[in-house]
Amino acid sequence: MTARIGVVTFPGSLDDRDTRRAIRLAGAEPVALWHKDRDLHQVDAVVLPGGFSYGDYLRAGAISRFSPVMESVIEQAKAGLPVLGICNGFQVLTEAHLLPGAMLGNDHLHFICRDQKLRVENTDTAWTGDYTAGQEIHIPLKNMDGRYVADAHTLEKLEAEGRVVFRYLGLNPNGSLNDIAGITNEAGNVVGLMPHPEHAVESLIGTGRTDGLPFFTSILKKLVNA
Amino acid sequence: MARVVVDVMLKPEILDPQGQAVQRALPRLGFDGISDVRQGKRFELEVDGPVDEAALARVRELAESFLANTVIEDFAVKVEEVTEAAE
Repeated sequence: MTARIGVVTFPGSLDDRDTRRAIRLAGAEPVALWHKDRDLHQVDAVVLPGGFSYGDYLRAGAISRFSPVMESVIEQAKAGLPVLGICNGFQVLTEAHLLPGAMLGNDHLHFICRDQKLRVENTDTAWTGDYTAGQEIHIPLKNMDGRYVADAHTLEKLEAEGRVVFRYLGLNPNGSLNDIAGITNEAGNVVGLMPHPEHAVESLIGTGRTDGLPFFTSILKKLVNA
Repeated sequence: MARVVVDVMLKPEILDPQGQAVQRALPRLGFDGISDVRQGKRFELEVDGPVDEAALARVRELAESFLANTVIEDFAVKVEEVTEAAE
């Protein structure tokens, strides 16, 4: 028996296929979910992939957040369904208020595409159990709106509760407060990050490392052992 | 028919690099004496029927839940008279 992990395709999603491939490589069963379909087809977890859903019109993630599939994702995430938002998916999660804070344009106003070094700071989430605390990983980063912002009180709370899951190392690529690359909700089932683990799952391509694969093996182990 | 305008601005404490880029271009263009620029969004909503308190409440609701992200932005709602001549 394996886990069924849904990947939502919005109009303008780009990395849905790569994400399904990463899920398959990790040994789980990827399930394609459609933005207009409220039905999550009994999946055990959901990934919101990268891209420019609904053209990023208004604000990145602002329109996707009201799509039919998100009604179910929001409802079930609050009940404990593991949800991972990558890049645009992270933006959707903040717009949906499943994660605190918001994403804004990079402080240097340019699109950025590079291999990014991160530190894994929380291995207790549904998506990071296969990392070791403090582990440094390299995965691709590519975005326009990657600047994480939150008010001082929210930042303090995130830091105090260990909810900063990933932090940029070496250089802050977008002006994110506290070098935050990814965060989790209080329960640890919802995680969002800007860099792209699904592009670092095979040694042949990308960074030449498979530092992103543990995202998908982590959730598989958690679901199968549950 | 009436027009309701919703102005959305980043909160004062949020860095606005686009506004800064505009401000930095001004001296080069010969516009001196402008020390800061903040860039926002303006939405013009054409409302069917009378713009009464109930209609304005609905506009405020849509501004708060959709047009603005109140984590990072403030918004202001105002009614604009549309004259016959202008139409």
